[in-house]
Amino acid sequence: MQYSAKVMDHFANPRNVGEFPDADGVGEVGNPACGDIMKMSIKVKDNVIVDVKFKTFGCGAAIATSSISTEMIKGKTIDEALKLTNKAVAEALDGLPPAKMHCSVLAEEAIEAAIDDYLKKTTGKGLEKKKSHAHEEHHEH
Amino acid sequence: MEKVYMDNASGTPVHPKVMEAIMPFLKDGFGNPSNLHQFGRIISDAIQAARGQVANLVHAKPNEIIFTSSGTEANNFAIKGILAAHKKKGNHIITSQIEHFSVLNPLKSLEKSGVTVTYLPVDKYGMVNPDDVKNAITPTTVMVSIMYANGEIGTIEPMKEIVAVAREKGIFSHTDAVAAAGNVPIDVSDVYVDALSMSANQFNGPPGIGALYLREGVRILPFMEGGIQEGGRRAGTENIIGIVGMGKAAELAKLEMPQRLSKVQGLRNQLRDGILKNINHMYVNGHPTNRLPGNLSLCIEYIEGESVLLFLDMQGIAISSGSACTSRSLKASHVIMATGVDAALAQGTVLFSLGIGNSASDVEYVLEKLPPIVERLRQMSPLYNRNR
Repeated sequence: MQYSAKVMDHFANPRNVGEFPDADGVGEVGNPACGDIMKMSIKVKDNVIVDVKFKTFGCGAAIATSSISTEMIKGKTIDEALKLTNKAVAEALDGLPPAKMHCSVLAEEAIEAAIDDYLKKTTGKGLEKKKSHAHEEHHEH
Repeated sequence: MEKVYMDNASGTPVHPKVMEAIMPFLKDGFGNPSNLHQFGRIISDAIQAARGQVANLVHAKPNEIIFTSSGTEANNFAIKGILAAHKKKGNHIITSQIEHFSVLNPLKSLEKSGVTVTYLPVDKYGMVNPDDVKNAITPTTVMVSIMYANGEIGTIEPMKEIVAVAREKGIFSHTDAVAAAGNVPIDVSDVYVDALSMSANQFNGPPGIGALYLREGVRILPFMEGGIQEGGRRAGTENIIGIVGMGKAAELAKLEMPQRLSKVQGLRNQLRDGILKNINHMYVNGHPTNRLPGNLSLCIEYIEGESVLLFLDMQGIAISSGSACTSRSLKASHVIMATGVDAALAQGTVLFSLGIGNSASDVEYVLEKLPPIVERLRQMSPLYNRNR
C-alpha cells in the first residue's frame, strides 16, 4: 500500500486545520474503534461556506481527505457542498488505496454533518435525507 | 537524511559475517545435495554444518532441526503436522489470543474441518496463565501452542511452566519462537517443548528461511510431499543460500548473545525513558521486565499510529504501528486489544523494535524528532484538549 504524492502533500501540509470559536455549523463523525474521527467546522454567509476548518484523529489518508475536502467546499454554496462525493475527494487526491476509501466517505459525511448542524441552528430543521453511509459496510465494530 | 531502522520486529538487517558465509554458495552452490558427486557433497556438508549451528542455538540435536521456508511455514507445519499425526488422540488444541497470524489462521482453517480450538486470554501484560492452560485441557486435547515471546508487545511467556502442565497431561507442546529465537537464550532441553518455530530474519540472517525444532521421537505428517529431503518431513531441494545464512546467523547469535542482550536492552531502555520523560500521555505495552530486549511498544494517547509512522518516515526513522489504519483488516491489533487497552488508545500504538545495528545516536535522533510530531498530531486531533 502506497499513498500518492498528493495524499502525502495534504498529510504533511494539511490545509485549514483547527476550529472556530463561533462556528455556524459543526459536524463530527467516526469512531475511535475504527481509527478515524473527523470534525468539520464551517462559517456560512448568504448560503455560502466562507470558511472551513477541520480536526482529525486518524491515519494519513484520513488527514489528507479532511484537508482536501475543506479546500473543495470553501467558497461553495450549501447545495454545492452537499454534492461533494467521496469519489470526487479520492480522485482529487489522485486516488486512495482500496482499504482507505472509507476515509473519503468519512470526509463526505463530516461535511454533511456540519451542514446539518448549520441548518438545524438556522432553520430549526436539519437535512431531510442523509446520504447513505457506505463506510459502515467496510467496518466491523 | 539520517536513516534509523527501528523495525527489527519486521525483519533484521543481514549481519556482514552472514553475507560473507553466503557468498561462496551464490557461485558454487548449484549442486544438488541429494547427489553423491562432489558438487552435491559440498552442499550436503554445508547443510549439515548449518543444521548443527541452528541446533546449538536452542540446545537441540542436529537431527531435530527441519529447515523450512519461513517461521510461518514452521508454525503451519508444527500445528497441522502434529495434529494430523495424532488424530486418534483427539481434535482439540489450546492456544492464546495473542498468537501471530501464522498460528491463528491455520487454526481457523482447522476449525472448519472439525478441530476445536481454545483461545486463552492474557493479562494486561500479555501474559498467559499456565493454570488457564491446565484448566482448558480436555480428554481430546492433542496439543498446546503458545508463543515463546510476542513480537508486538515484547512479552515473554512462562513457557517452561506451560510445557510442564502439558507434559503432566501427556499433551504435545509447540511454541512459536520466531520473535524470541536468536534474541533471548532458549534451551529446549530445559523448557522441554516438543516443537519450536524459528526464523532467520529475526536474528540477522537472510529472509526466506526458517526452521522447526522437533523433539526426537515426536511424529509429524510431512508438510511438503516429494523427495526425502529433511528426513522425508519437508520435501523440496534445499535453499542452500538461506540455510547457510541461517546457520551462520545462529552461530553468531549464540556467541554474541550476552553482549547483544545488554547493548540492545540498554538502548531500548534509554529510548523508553527519554520518551516517557519528554511526552505525556504515553503508555508502555507488554510486561515491564519479562520482555524481548529490543521491544518498545507504546500507546500514544489522542493520536493514531499510522500518522506517527508516516511523519517519522519523513525524518528517516522506520517503525511499525498497530493501529487499525495500518492493517488491511481495519482493526486495531488483536494483541493490543487482548491486553485490554481501550479501543481509541489502541489506535495510537507504535512499535519501536531495536536491534544490534542501532546506536546511541539513533536513540538521540528519535528522541529529538518524536516529541514535535506527537504534539503536531495532537493539535490536529479532535480528541486532544476536548474539555478545555
